[in-house]
Amino acid sequence: MSDAVVVLVGLSIGSYILKAAGPLLLGGRTLPPTLQSLAEFAPAAMLAALVVVSTLGDGSSISVDARAAGVVAAGVALWRRVPFIGVVIAASTATALARALAG
Amino acid sequence: MSCALQEPDRSRAIVRQAASISAAVAPFGLVFGVTAAHAGLRLVEAAGFSVFVFAGSAQFAAVETLGNGGAVLAAIASGCLLNLRSLAFGIVMAPSLKGPRWRRALQAQLMIDEATAVGLAQEGPHWRRRGYLAAGIGVFVTWNVATVVGFLALSSTGDLVERLGLDAAGPAAFLALVWPRLARSRQRACAAAGALVALALLPIAPPGIPIVASLAGVLAARWTWPHRERPASEGVDPTEPGRRS
Repeated sequence: MSDAVVVLVGLSIGSYILKAAGPLLLGGRTLPPTLQSLAEFAPAAMLAALVVVSTLGDGSSISVDARAAGVVAAGVALWRRVPFIGVVIAASTATALARALAG
Repeated sequence: MSCALQEPDRSRAIVRQAASISAAVAPFGLVFGVTAAHAGLRLVEAAGFSVFVFAGSAQFAAVETLGNGGAVLAAIASGCLLNLRSLAFGIVMAPSLKGPRWRRALQAQLMIDEATAVGLAQEGPHWRRRGYLAAGIGVFVTWNVATVVGFLALSSTGDLVERLGLDAAGPAAFLALVWPRLARSRQRACAAAGALVALALLPIAPPGIPIVASLAGVLAARWTWPHRERPASEGVDPTEPGRRS
């Protein structure tokens, strides 16, 4: 089995357990405060980490390249309240331009 | 008391909300398809993620980690941790999802931000369930079609991805996902701490680890930012743009 299939199966099972625990098992109980706070704040930390890693990551090293220009453009677009598809177009265009100018 | 007059109105409102939120996820689905193709997945694997995982940011995180040569366990762990909030959603939605066990088991697959948001925007268990199902099914269909279209549109183009700058689409999607959360200061502190942890670990840790380790950012932010802004049960705002998980 390829790594992708292993991750697909593992993540499907893990995600489904998290999704179904409430409707199937927990009834009206609430989460312990620590888990609640983790569920509330983990996405911000991890998504920010994903921005960093997907922008600057190059295997196991840091590389500031054309993708960084794209992310800056995406930030400006989000700040200007551009809809998502416009954010992606801005990011791609900036990256393509930076690459064309550099190369 | 008769609800006969209200009923069509409520149904229409639910359909309207579900339709607009479903349309809003289409671009994310396209980008997921592109990202999966770029990370070297096969079409059936990319589609499998959208059908069986069916949780946007978790799918992106896992595929990003895979594409970067990260460990299988790191990819699964980062996806599951991003999905922790569906546990909280499930607990909030549970009272509205009545019915036989098999039906609740099927409905639970739709436990994503959008379905929960539209569900909780309605009043009473009956309408909450209808809203949840309408948005959940709508997003499920759109998300999966968009994944396949995005994959097919770009899988055969080779270096076109880089020439068009589409390798920046993934990072832009992550930024768009985290953006609405940055309105609150404690969320901002967590995001900044998570980004710093990832940046520090990126050159030294194996791929995938910086993302999982960014959870330490939550603890660091809690430690340096001790006051609570409000109770931890996260409100879900259906009008919030670009909120995909």
